[in-house]
Amino acid sequence: MWWNTLGLALREIRRNLLRSFLTILGIVIGVAAVVTMVTIGQGATRAVSEQITSLGTNLLMIRPGQRMGPGRDAAGSPPFRQADAEAIAAQVPGVAAVAPQAATGAIAIYGARNWSTVVYGTTNAYFETNNWTLADGRMFEEAELRAGSSVCVIGATVRRELFGAEEPVGSRLRLRNISCEVVGLLRSKGQGGIGQDQDDLVLMPIATVQRRLTGTLNVNTLLVSMAPGADAEAVKADLARLLRERRKLADSDDNNFNILDTQQLADTLSGTTQVMTTLLGAVAAVSLLVGGIGIMNIMLVSVTERTREIGIRLAIGALGYEVLAQFLVEAVVLAALGGLIGIVLAAIASVALSGLMGVPYLFDPAINVLAFGFAAVIGIVFGYFPARRAARLDPIEALRHE
Amino acid sequence: MTAPLIQLRGVTKVYGSGSAEVQALRGVDLEIADGEFVAIMGPSGSGKSTAMNILGCLDSPTAGAYLFRGVPVHRLDRDQRALLRRAHLGFVFQGFNLLPRTSALENVELPLLYRGEPRAARRRAALAALASVGLQGREHHTPAELSGGQQQRVAIARALVTDPTVLLADEPTGNLDSQRGREIMELLAALNRDRGITVLMVTHEADMAAYARRVVRFVDGRLDSDHRQDGVPATAAPQPEKA
Repeated sequence: MWWNTLGLALREIRRNLLRSFLTILGIVIGVAAVVTMVTIGQGATRAVSEQITSLGTNLLMIRPGQRMGPGRDAAGSPPFRQADAEAIAAQVPGVAAVAPQAATGAIAIYGARNWSTVVYGTTNAYFETNNWTLADGRMFEEAELRAGSSVCVIGATVRRELFGAEEPVGSRLRLRNISCEVVGLLRSKGQGGIGQDQDDLVLMPIATVQRRLTGTLNVNTLLVSMAPGADAEAVKADLARLLRERRKLADSDDNNFNILDTQQLADTLSGTTQVMTTLLGAVAAVSLLVGGIGIMNIMLVSVTERTREIGIRLAIGALGYEVLAQFLVEAVVLAALGGLIGIVLAAIASVALSGLMGVPYLFDPAINVLAFGFAAVIGIVFGYFPARRAARLDPIEALRHE
Repeated sequence: MTAPLIQLRGVTKVYGSGSAEVQALRGVDLEIADGEFVAIMGPSGSGKSTAMNILGCLDSPTAGAYLFRGVPVHRLDRDQRALLRRAHLGFVFQGFNLLPRTSALENVELPLLYRGEPRAARRRAALAALASVGLQGREHHTPAELSGGQQQRVAIARALVTDPTVLLADEPTGNLDSQRGREIMELLAALNRDRGITVLMVTHEADMAAYARRVVRFVDGRLDSDHRQDGVPATAAPQPEKA
């Protein structure tokens, strides 16, 4: 009986191919939209967390001032000194590397070209804390760090803008009034999690930046990378205790510095993209619902149009539930077909869009199964009412129907 | 066979209620035995179609009893009546009522589908039924590709394929010209004569009723006359009979 019913439904769908296609279009678009949105959203979430990881693993960023962000209360919060970095490295357990960072904007000039970039004065620990590797050349030498030599390591963007195809290592570029030798080239990290260019930077020994560019001994940021397996909360507590002591804060004073955990940042950002994914998915799910109403509409029209046929079936001995099953199966098969086509379209759209948007394509079976199941359920729900209407027709009336 | 095939006792049928009440049947008593060929005649509104619907188990009487082989049809519910139709009755309609855009073969297979017969058995029985109404070679034509007479033959094949006890024909020749109509009547008469199928037919054409061996006439919801005849129409004289 069920095979026969399925056969009847398929025959009916084939008989009205164009209309069947238009009927399921709503479901196709709904399923495709839900699956694409969620797939792309998950890819974006993955991309964000990967890019934050590329900032540095287990990285803590310590800055003066009570909170992060624009308008932060840096006034009255004394900056750090390089000695703070050394103290942390020596005294806080669970710390793998500490890099001081003194940053300033500068225009880099090479030949006829110039490029506005950011110069970070730091030590070799920076390579470890911020996960940088060299594409070419070398890091700084101890003597260069100590003496504040005019040497620099440049990012891939600076290299592209100033040197083009030329070999940068060994050349000299000019930063403000200092001529400085390029000793290394960083391997590109690409775009950051919030769209910034991570490769647009120049690294110099911190002593060089302090003496010749900023003119102070201030350190803007301390970058601390934790040892693998270290307890982040314990390290943060130890850091706070040490810094409070070094900054001579009384017990009643608030911290005049803040510690940002990139892991937390990653969690927050991927949490945000997950919320976006959910929202977009929900909007798409509404279109799936609209698709279901489309199916109901067409099935109702179909029942009216096929009243006489239903009358014939009832007259020759079809039972009410058999007619119900026929129309219900037809609706479910239509919806399921729409779901399948939608999933295929979503796969194509997701691959294309993820390439276009630069996020990884992650096939998630759960959302595909979920969307397909939802489509089938919609077929049952919205197919039931028209099917019941067909099953309850009076055969005599139905046969008389023109 | 102890119980007669069909027994109507005091059957009345009322449509509507109050001032819109219409008495379609006002106490009909009728008995039909196995193997009869009965023509039901009468003017429009005489209740013959209502009687046919009740006899065909499509409708139930408002009052009175309908026994089919002793089974009280008037007490059966919708699905039980459907099962009775499925097992014992075949229908032929004035408007043919074939499924559009569906081949003759599939149309004829339809009742077997609801009986749950396997595919191969369905095909075999449907081909045989189509052959018995002279439609070999037209199995895969859709109704639109067949003439009216051929469509009615498909409908008869569909009614025959379940080997019914009773064939109910509602104005089977109403949509056909008189030549095609006579051919259909010959076919029904032959089925009655050769296979012993009881045929109940509603018609208002006297020359079609002439093929039946019993003519029942309705007037104003009552049985007006009931007489038997030899079942050989005068107009059919030139054609040689097989039996």
